Amino acid sequence: MIEFILNNNHVYTDFLATTVLLDFIRSEKRLTGAKEGCREGDCGACTVLIGEIKNRSIVYKSVNSCLMPLGEAHGKHVVTVEGFNQEELSPIQYAIVDEGGTQCGFCTPGFVVSMTGYFLSNKKIDVDDAVESLGGNICRCTGYAGIKRAVEKTVTVYEQTSLKLNHLDKLITAKFIPDYFKTIKKNLEQIRKNGNLRKSNTKYFIGGGTDLYVQQWEELIQSEALFASQEKIPNEILQTKNKIKIGGAATIQQVLESHVIKKHLPSLNKQLELFGSLPIRNRATVAGNIVNASPIGDITNILLALEAKLHLKGKRSGRDLFLREFYKGYKLLDKKRDEIVEWISFQVPSKKILFNFEKISKRTYLDIASVNSTIILEVKKDTITKIGLSAGGVAPIPLHLNKTCEFLIDKLINTENVKAAVEIAMQEISPISDARGSAEYKRLLLRQLFFSHFIKLFPQQINAEELL
Amino acid sequence: MRNYDSIQHVRGDSLFIDDITPPQGTLYGYVYYSPIAHGKILQLDFSEALKSTGVKGIFSAKDIPGVNQIGGIIQDENLFAEDSVHFVGHPIAFIVADTQLHAHEAAKKIKSIYEKLPAIFDPRQAAAENKLIIPHRKFELGNIDSAWSECEYIIEGSVESGGQEHIYLETQGSIAFPTESGIKIISATQGPTAVQRTAAKILNLPMNRIEVDVQRLGGGFGGKEDQATAWACMAALAAYKLNTPVKLVLPRQEDIRLTGKRHPYSSDYKIGLTKDGKILAYEVTFYQNAGATADLSPAILDRTLFHCTNSYFIPNVRATGLSCKTNLPPFTAFRGFGGPQGMFVIETAIYKAALVMGMEPAEIQRKNLLNEGDELPYGQKTFNCNAIRCFDELDHKFSVKNIFQEIEEFNMKNKLVKKGAAIMPICFGISFTTTFLNQASALVHIYTDGSIRVNTAAVEMGQGVNAKLKRIAARTLSVNESRIKVDTTNTSRISNTSPTAASKGTDLNGFAVIDACNILIERIKKVAAEELGKDDASKISIIDENVFYENEPTILTFIDLVKKAYLKRISLTAQAHHSTPNIFFDLKSNKGNPFAYHIYGSAIIQVTLDCLRGIYEFDSVKVVHDFGESIDQIIDIGQMEGGIVQGLGWMTIEELIWNGEGKLLTDALSTYKIPDIHFAPKEIKIHALENSPNDFGPLRSKAIGEPPFMYGIGAYFALTNAMRAFRPNMKIKYDAPLTPEKILLNLYNK
Ligand SMILES: Cc1cc2nc3c(=O)[nH]c(=O)nc-3n(C[C@H](O)[C@H](O)[C@H](O)COP(=O)(O)OP(=O)(O)OC[C@H]3O[C@@H](n4cnc5c(N)ncnc54)[C@H](O)[C@@H]3O)c2cc1C
Ligand code: FES
Ligand code: FES
Repeated sequence: MIEFILNNNHVYTDFLATTVLLDFIRSEKRLTGAKEGCREGDCGACTVLIGEIKNRSIVYKSVNSCLMPLGEAHGKHVVTVEGFNQEELSPIQYAIVDEGGTQCGFCTPGFVVSMTGYFLSNKKIDVDDAVESLGGNICRCTGYAGIKRAVEKTVTVYEQTSLKLNHLDKLITAKFIPDYFKTIKKNLEQIRKNGNLRKSNTKYFIGGGTDLYVQQWEELIQSEALFASQEKIPNEILQTKNKIKIGGAATIQQVLESHVIKKHLPSLNKQLELFGSLPIRNRATVAGNIVNASPIGDITNILLALEAKLHLKGKRSGRDLFLREFYKGYKLLDKKRDEIVEWISFQVPSKKILFNFEKISKRTYLDIASVNSTIILEVKKDTITKIGLSAGGVAPIPLHLNKTCEFLIDKLINTENVKAAVEIAMQEISPISDARGSAEYKRLLLRQLFFSHFIKLFPQQINAEELL
Repeated sequence: MRNYDSIQHVRGDSLFIDDITPPQGTLYGYVYYSPIAHGKILQLDFSEALKSTGVKGIFSAKDIPGVNQIGGIIQDENLFAEDSVHFVGHPIAFIVADTQLHAHEAAKKIKSIYEKLPAIFDPRQAAAENKLIIPHRKFELGNIDSAWSECEYIIEGSVESGGQEHIYLETQGSIAFPTESGIKIISATQGPTAVQRTAAKILNLPMNRIEVDVQRLGGGFGGKEDQATAWACMAALAAYKLNTPVKLVLPRQEDIRLTGKRHPYSSDYKIGLTKDGKILAYEVTFYQNAGATADLSPAILDRTLFHCTNSYFIPNVRATGLSCKTNLPPFTAFRGFGGPQGMFVIETAIYKAALVMGMEPAEIQRKNLLNEGDELPYGQKTFNCNAIRCFDELDHKFSVKNIFQEIEEFNMKNKLVKKGAAIMPICFGISFTTTFLNQASALVHIYTDGSIRVNTAAVEMGQGVNAKLKRIAARTLSVNESRIKVDTTNTSRISNTSPTAASKGTDLNGFAVIDACNILIERIKKVAAEELGKDDASKISIIDENVFYENEPTILTFIDLVKKAYLKRISLTAQAHHSTPNIFFDLKSNKGNPFAYHIYGSAIIQVTLDCLRGIYEFDSVKVVHDFGESIDQIIDIGQMEGGIVQGLGWMTIEELIWNGEGKLLTDALSTYKIPDIHFAPKEIKIHALENSPNDFGPLRSKAIGEPPFMYGIGAYFALTNAMRAFRPNMKIKYDAPLTPEKILLNLYNK
């Protein structure tokens, strides 16, 4: 039995846990506010909020319900646009109407949900952040200008609401959300933890499902599956004495928000905003990115440079291996079928570390990289003492540029050496032409990104004009 | 005001095709289509598929009771392939099952064998092999052949512009129900009558047995003008055959694969100028990639020719258009309808000329803008011409000169980041260039409680036509807008509708509404005169629901008159038909007066280019636009903003890539990228040209839908300007979209 709260209603269902949440909401519950615009996480028309008790309060996150398994809703609060409807329009709904933020209306429920989600999950409200939270919502009609005006207007309304109240009461008082939200926590607490999901010989292991549901939803919804969230796979990010460890169920958004990561790789959280969209990052896991083995996986690219290690848990025993040794060929892994990534870990970067991640795609946000690259270095007296350098989208596997690194180690940071190094990098790659760019472009792009690393990190030592 | 259904939209209460609760027993369809670009069908075997779970029927060409023909302008397109297939995605059969999943699974079990035939994807190759949809078209003005000798500069070149997928957020869909009298189709179409006429033909039924109803579209942009028809017909065929409701909603990937897009064009131009930048001669040849069948291509090609000189007066012009038949899905209408493709070429010619002559493009643009009374290549003379006013007002309002100067200063200081700007003037003719389509009718009911229902041929797809019609009806009747409900578009209430297209929805239907409301006003004024015991009904006026006689208030109100009229057995229903006056076009001489009026405007687009990485951001788009007297500011501004961003997308990141076999590689939102909230310009500022009433639009308004799209063309040149700041001697092939890939390759190629 899967049990959860849908808007203000309790739902019990014995549908397969792999059922697509969007289908369940629309077809079974006849709540048609959430729309299907693409079924691959790329339009946001299906956005819903998922509320979950964490540290004794409910945390809401936006997700793409087209990629979300029904089983993952167990014990949670699922909110569709209908769940925000009150007698009068909410300030968000009102602002969208008033500022011309809706034309054909097909994308609109998704925007309402994402915007409301922003207010529910943030206490520090800021127009730019609110706009950023709409990065997963596509609108073909408005050109977004009316939507941005609506955001501004809503932020103003929020700011005018009394400060004395706690966050949830404040949102209820200002009519951002209906008052039944107050009862949700109590009701969620009554749902038994383990949804008693059926599982026997399963073909699928689902992390966030953001790759699996895009590629094979038709097979998935007819199958049983194991879920990372229910297999006692750790989902935290923590620091031991000299290691940073990312749990096999931790999401990209967790990495982005993690204090540990912020402390040691301060630029990473901004750069990870280029990964998918907020609703995608809320579901997509780091382990899923690694195991999916796409040559352009962003977090994989970063972890390759960081010399990360995987801890794989098999039926009987576990083992460790370097991520750099995990990939054997296109989508070929050094992994047995039943092995699961339990932890991903890397050395705590030293204070002197220099780090940069570059990703270029046709559209800067919510797009898959044409090429990405990460560099991590330690430098003493202008000499490279340690280096990791990865390149995505230029080989059948997520690539670490071993030879280029070998060349650069113990070398002085100067234009000449960077120029020589890029020639070696060009030997290491074998890009192909596809929808993300021609082979010629990808070569050029990697060269540029390689230069960008050095131009950005060593503006004193590197003469950009000479390089280019 | 706001869009008609905005309140429902934000609550998620608006129903689109897939949201309508299907009646019990509804079956679901899936389209089986050709995997190859050209070939003979040697074998087609449904036997395994028919045994598949849940399958209720598979329909193909031989199951059509009527004619297997859905072509609009030319009867050259079948609903289902017969012996041969002509593009990847050519529908072959329609599988109907109890669920969509079952229908799809059955499709995988269909066995087919093809004999591959050579396929053509390049329009120039098609032209060379004389594979044309229609004989070539030619517009001429002046004497081009003798004009060249007077030109000090003659510049030639070629231009490519890519196609564009509509990505209306609601994919194509329809539901067909068997009824006592025939079939009712609920369709997301811009052309209800096209659906009705074609379904009738397919089913071999008279049109009066097909009812088409359209509530709203989740975006259309032209993609549902002609190309919503096939899906409606498939659902209708299956519903008719099986006597069960059948629903077909295309999954996104199929929608992108199977449906037509904006036409890619390949063009050659030759432009001649005096040394001070006056354009004397312009010769251009357009190779339109039409795809496998005509669809709307001939009309679209004509609009390319109509707009080949954009906003400029050029005394000697020869424009030739070839609609080339290729093995791609039939390309179709998309906002601008061929206009943008034509304008991109003349703008390229001007930019290239400016480069050669060492002039500023803006100077050449300004020197050649249309004046009052100038003759366009199709013989129409401009009137109320606002080209120069808009261009100069742009400078005035937004200090264009300062913008360019600031950019130059920025570029001096920055090595790896460059800024660029470009001005884009537009002139766009309003009317269907197929003259007979410029008609519409309205049916207005006043009920005895004073509530009013307005029916027209207009389809609401987000462009705001319903809100505008509501306002027009309320203003004409002088009643409160809350009394008025605009009905769904329905072929049983309004016959022989023209598609809602060509930016003409409000103009045509608005005038029809005005006429119908005026008939009602005359009737109730007569009632008022009788009630007041006066003879002269013309001295009665109704203002804000109050009745006046010779401008003096009376005790009567609108609602009193409605009740009285009913008791006096006076009809409270009126129907009116409107056709745009004084327009004509002779397809032989290619001269006439095809447009009711023109829209003018000017925009400046600013971009910042990261020359290290080849990526860019649009800083601003500033526009002076001629709205006439806007019926609704919010709606019109929304059309501007949306159109501009779509235009930017066409010029920059929206890229269709086919492999060598004619299979589309960018067939999903993950690979075909349209603007998102980050991509949209940081700032869009729109200034409405003042004092520009339009006698040819309802309430003196002007049409708005398509023109703003073309401001986006400026993005291309803003980018090339920024690129030149980095690489002054860059030789660029004019080939839109200007993706980050093309930018980087152009910045660094040897
Ligand atoms: C709209 C959209 C945008 C995207 N944008 C980006 C982007 O910008 N950058 C990027 O890199 N990717 C992107 N992706 C791809 C995807 O989101 C990532 O690859 C994501 O990290 C996958 O994680 P997941 O948990 O959702 O994987 P799933 O779909 O759950 O699983 C993927 C594979 O990993 C396996 N797996 C999952 N967890 C484990 C585990 N703990 N142990 C062993 N095997 C496991 C699964 O069995 C499956 O084979 C995008 C996807 C979508 C739909
Ligand atoms: S339907 Fe497009 S993101 Fe889910
Ligand atoms: S309003 Fe039509 S897609 Fe956003």
